[in-house]
Amino acid sequence: MNSTSPAVEMKDIVIEFPGVLANDHVNLTLQEGEIHALLGENGAGKSTLMNALAGLYKPASGTIRVRGELVSFNSPRDAILKGIGMVHQHFMLVPTQTVTENILLGLNEPRFVMSLNKFDQKILDLEEKYGLFVDPTTKIWQLSVGEQQRVEILKTLYRGANILIMDEPTAVLSPREIDELMETMRSMTDQGKSIIFITHKLGEVVDIADRVTVLRKGVVTAEGESMKGVTKKDLAQRMVGREVIFTVERESHELGDVVMEMTDVSALNNRGLPALKDVSLSVRSGEILGIAGVGGNGQSELAEVITGLRKCSGKIFIQGEEISNQPPIKAINRGVSHIPEDRTAVGTAPSLSLTDNTIMKGYKKHPIGDGWRINFQVAQKHTSKLKDKYNIIAPSVNTPAGKLSGGNLQKLILAREINCEPRFLVAMQPTRGLDVGAIEDIRALLLEQRSHGAAILLISEELEEVLSLSDRIAVISEGKIMGIVDSEDVDIDKIGMMMAGMQEIRE
Amino acid sequence: MAFRIRTEQRVEVPKWLPTATSIGSVIIAFILGGVIFKIVGGKPLQALSFFYQAVFGNWGVFSDTLVKATPLIIIGVACAVAFKMRLWNIGAEGQFYAGAFGASLVVLVPLVPLDSPKVLVIGMMMLMGMIFGGIWGFIPGYLKAKYKVNEIITTLMLNYIIINWNNFWIFDQWSDRGFQMTATFDRVAWLPRLADYAKEVKAFSGVTLHLGVIFGIIAAIIVWWIFRYSRWGYEIKLIGDNPNAARYAGIDISKNIILVMAFSGALAGLAGMSEISGVVHRLQESISPGYGFTGIIVAWLAKLNPFTIIPVSVLFAGLIVAGREIQPTGLSFLLQGIILFLLISSDVLIRYKIRLVRVDKETE
Repeated sequence: MNSTSPAVEMKDIVIEFPGVLANDHVNLTLQEGEIHALLGENGAGKSTLMNALAGLYKPASGTIRVRGELVSFNSPRDAILKGIGMVHQHFMLVPTQTVTENILLGLNEPRFVMSLNKFDQKILDLEEKYGLFVDPTTKIWQLSVGEQQRVEILKTLYRGANILIMDEPTAVLSPREIDELMETMRSMTDQGKSIIFITHKLGEVVDIADRVTVLRKGVVTAEGESMKGVTKKDLAQRMVGREVIFTVERESHELGDVVMEMTDVSALNNRGLPALKDVSLSVRSGEILGIAGVGGNGQSELAEVITGLRKCSGKIFIQGEEISNQPPIKAINRGVSHIPEDRTAVGTAPSLSLTDNTIMKGYKKHPIGDGWRINFQVAQKHTSKLKDKYNIIAPSVNTPAGKLSGGNLQKLILAREINCEPRFLVAMQPTRGLDVGAIEDIRALLLEQRSHGAAILLISEELEEVLSLSDRIAVISEGKIMGIVDSEDVDIDKIGMMMAGMQEIRE
Repeated sequence: MAFRIRTEQRVEVPKWLPTATSIGSVIIAFILGGVIFKIVGGKPLQALSFFYQAVFGNWGVFSDTLVKATPLIIIGVACAVAFKMRLWNIGAEGQFYAGAFGASLVVLVPLVPLDSPKVLVIGMMMLMGMIFGGIWGFIPGYLKAKYKVNEIITTLMLNYIIINWNNFWIFDQWSDRGFQMTATFDRVAWLPRLADYAKEVKAFSGVTLHLGVIFGIIAAIIVWWIFRYSRWGYEIKLIGDNPNAARYAGIDISKNIILVMAFSGALAGLAGMSEISGVVHRLQESISPGYGFTGIIVAWLAKLNPFTIIPVSVLFAGLIVAGREIQPTGLSFLLQGIILFLLISSDVLIRYKIRLVRVDKETE
């Protein structure tokens, strides 16, 4: 072993998934005792690369050296033996067991007699050393998210890890907990640990990292640059890139009245943390307002407050009527259609038929709805018409929706949401995971709705999609609207900066 | 030449298949039961014939079987409504007792003068039975809708409360000369039985079948219609399959939880009314040998199809009757166990195709 070798050296790593090159000849070098940020948008290949280092995936080609020694991991256990531990974004803890029990889970010690007191002390010593305080005898379910994360970190430290991979550790934390985490990370590196810190938040990189590697669409755009040598603006640009904008035929036309208006809307996410902060937006008839931003910055919550699925403060009006904090039916009756982010968990009922799924929003309206009854003959005819019109490929209108492919399922949802001639359409990630043909169809349908006078809120993590379809673009970061720009005079660098959490800067 | 078994997931299930596997399971259960009977030294064919005699042998015993099937049909339908929405109402037993109590009030208070026409008394008993059963379903429904209290726990616990509530009244307030039962109801409160018409049709003499079985059939038809054609049934199915999608489609889930639980309870309450008015003719202890729980099994075995619930109930009622008539009683329990086991495992045949393939061919 060579004492001057870096802690980890990954060279020319290639990882391929069906249809996607997740890592394309990626290099990453982690020096001893440093905090190395791995920055990139969602889907840039950060987690994939780190899973390869933690022994979860095997790269198709490329080499990994740990302190100069060439390694090949077949399982996470192999990685742990080399001192590599990963703190996952989603905790893997048993809620009804104590901290100590969780840390010891899967280890050979203690063997048979559970003399936990002895181990409690060992864990307390470890906590003392790194400033990770949490009572070892408490049960997991009684801990806050931040404390649970400390248990995950303790788990890897207890197993002797000296190279820690932290997968978006701040995503689940409140601001105070983030500060505490940063302190812990510092104290760990002071004691010789090395840390790779996966994130998409530029601010955190600046605060804590010694060096940074930037990934974009599986390719390294900045390799281990010292934080002293780079500017935020430069990093933002490398993260977002200069995308080629496909020009979509988007004829200009007169805009109509304001259809949706929201003022000072704030909302909490499912964990009770602020997800939207004083958002004010308005969309006019015949206009597409695009929301650009890195995933998880409040987009889901934004779509949910407008459609009545989430409580909020502030006011939201659709065609002059307030619909904030009203049940979803109110928004539906005001002509709001919603293409949800999750087409299987929210958009459809998997074991019910295509017919049952297409009438979901309109089953009360004549002629499908008929007093107490539903006229299923009319419903089936209606469905088979939609099936032909939107080219949904399925054996019959009685096929369970769960048997459809992703693209066809999305077309089914679109058919349902568009065919009722909505006044306002919330389209969340409408083309995610679809093939090129389906993407083009769906974009064309959105533009068609625009020329029919619908107001559209397009929320997408695909910057290129937002840029090519929208009339105006609002950039969201950490729940705040960083700025709204006209699509006529877009400055990609500026949008990149705003996506990374920086206000419009006038130079 | 080597063979191996290969299983493939079915894309579409043929309509006849679930029925065929269910019937097949019952037949195989009887064959297996017979084999076991033979092994322990019995005469399986003779036993089977006894079994047949005890359950379907003549109008008298067949009517007994149908009388036992009646509460199972109504409760099975009641459970099917709740289960369709994935509400685990296991309190049908308690709702049955609540219905029995409500119906008894009509006679014991009395809520209507006992010299009123039969139609009025019976109608009132049905109404009160359904209201009380409905309340016993409404309580857990409300708690779940408003406070997210697990309905499995509440429905189960409410069973014990209502049984002891009934006991309080029959041990103390309404006790008939110190016995743990009320006095026999006036005949005006009895559901019409076939035996009542023995004068006109001789064959009906002694036949105990009462009007309750018609309640069961009507309940099955109504629930079938609700699921098949109504807006409400559609909402129930949608919530059951994907509550997130239902919420997104603007359906009020809390309201439906309360409505469905109350409706399910009201049906189970009707079963309680039918039992005391058609069979027991008084309120007493242990009016149910666990109908509320057997009804859960019946609903599942019938795959929540209201019409299938009818034959499944008759089968289970037959097993209950046979258990009483045949010695040793164990045979009937043995058969019940094997039928259940086979029916549950036959689900694999519905979800998967099972094929015998030649190993050398498979590699092609």
